[in-house]
Amino acid sequence: MKDFLRRTQRGFTSSRKPEQQIPEDLWHKCAGCKELISAKQFQDNAKVCPRCNYHERLDANEWVSLLLDPDSWQEQDAALAPADPLGFVSPKDNYAKKLQTLRESTHRQEAAISGIGTIAEQPLVLCVSDFAFMGGSMGAVVGEKVARSAERAADAGMPLLTINASGGARMHEGMLSLMQMAKVSVALARLGEAGQPHISLLLDNCYGGVTASYASAADIMLAEPRAHVGFAGPRVIEQTIRQKLPADFQSAEFLLEHGMVDMVVPRAELRAVLGRLIGLYTPKAHAVNAFASGNNGAQAFLRGA
Amino acid sequence: MADDQSQHGELAPWDIVQLARHPQRPHTLDYIRGLCEDFVELRGDRRFGDDRALLGGVARFNGQTVVVLGHQKGSNTKENIAHNFGSPRPEGYRKALRLMRHAEKFGFPVLAFVDTPGADPSMASEERGIGEAIAENLLVMAELKVPIVTTVIGEGGSGGALAIGVADRLLMLQYAIYSVASPEASAAILWRDASKAPDAAKAMKITAQDLYRLQIIDEIVAEPDGGAHLDMPAAIAAVSAAIQRHLDELRALPAAELRHRRYDKYRSIGVVHHAQTVALNAALS
Ligand SMILES: [Zn+2]
Repeated sequence: MKDFLRRTQRGFTSSRKPEQQIPEDLWHKCAGCKELISAKQFQDNAKVCPRCNYHERLDANEWVSLLLDPDSWQEQDAALAPADPLGFVSPKDNYAKKLQTLRESTHRQEAAISGIGTIAEQPLVLCVSDFAFMGGSMGAVVGEKVARSAERAADAGMPLLTINASGGARMHEGMLSLMQMAKVSVALARLGEAGQPHISLLLDNCYGGVTASYASAADIMLAEPRAHVGFAGPRVIEQTIRQKLPADFQSAEFLLEHGMVDMVVPRAELRAVLGRLIGLYTPKAHAVNAFASGNNGAQAFLRGA
Repeated sequence: MADDQSQHGELAPWDIVQLARHPQRPHTLDYIRGLCEDFVELRGDRRFGDDRALLGGVARFNGQTVVVLGHQKGSNTKENIAHNFGSPRPEGYRKALRLMRHAEKFGFPVLAFVDTPGADPSMASEERGIGEAIAENLLVMAELKVPIVTTVIGEGGSGGALAIGVADRLLMLQYAIYSVASPEASAAILWRDASKAPDAAKAMKITAQDLYRLQIIDEIVAEPDGGAHLDMPAAIAAVSAAIQRHLDELRALPAAELRHRRYDKYRSIGVVHHAQTVALNAALS
């Protein structure tokens, strides 16, 4: 865990600078308790506050580094890029321009990355949303990446892990984005027929059409502590019922209490929990190093490599 | 009625929004009773309760038993309160799920009618997993072994509409709308001004014509002059003929082929580019 962000990150199209040693006297102000904590300690703790247990948001590449075995990640479909099917422009918004700006600032085409890797040497397909790219919203490309991930997992006989932080369907693509909910569902149904599990990890925060499709259509539902997850956003509900919502409403702990998730997993335990879970759905003979053969890992796995 | 009618005398999208929400417009029960004989309502989700915002049951359509279900709006305030303005809670979606499984068990086609501003936004609905309820319906409809024909008869509001809309054929009445978010919500978010709903209605491409062009719906069912509320029997006859035609085509397909085609239909929705193409286009422009 300690060196989780110092693992070499190869092949990522990340804007993150190479990790460097953080000086001992550098401080980080926790967004949860507002206390100053050692930046190094915070980083070593996978960006979880040692004082108040606040889980700061990780970007998609950090999730890959945190969870997967070193050197096991092979990103796929990185070149899939969004179109502007409605030619969407409002006086306050220009979708095509916004996409271009984000592409330049994030060095990424879209709000999710997907690929294959291993956890404790057990292969899996992983799709991670990135909240920094238009709130992790699902347009045609995010829908396509989730759908391809599900199909890849079904075809290769691997579990699927989705890590989900999203504002919901991307409004700029109109009904085409709403229909992504149907698209990912037909692909997930195929995964189910293939007998492979879908594990969904819910992060702060996850709402709308993502909660109401693939993020909830999972065999195993995990959530990070204090993540906020729901269908309708709290402001919409407050406007409708004209009263203030309780502080813990739609929190991971609230979801657990109401039977909506299987467990709330602290970040420090996540890799171990996932390793154990995936092991329970992976026949021992299949847990092989299917990834030795480069990009054809999935196919090699299918051939019984 | 329109302040910005097109040159061809067509209605502006915002006018169509008003027609789609017209209180006297035929609602789901009007279609069920008009299209079918021997309708027997089946109630409750067997988990928590019976949601009056989403109704369904079994009925006979042109001689064949079908499962019918749909969002139910009211024609006046009292009825609307009783039906929660057509906004289902999780129980409504779980009842729909139960009825769809029922249809599959007995080999009945499913006829669904969409007419909702969206799923119910409330504490109670969140506590009982409204997101999960919708997600589960999408997953089950993806692999249901019987034909599904969904008709958008009024307002198709976001995920709450799609939850009964993963169909083999998606039909839309001429003056119905279907959107990722209501024009008002779209305007509030993307224009930062809720009063710009008429602009949002246009830009968000929510009319039957828009969605036919985007290849999201399969057919536009023409309405009587001025809208379905002015001649309900004619509207019902048009919907009946369209559904029967699609059902005939679907019933000719083996179950495996039906699901295969449904998979392809939804799997292919959405425009996806390859980054190199994008870069090339940027360089050329
Ligand atoms: Zn703290």
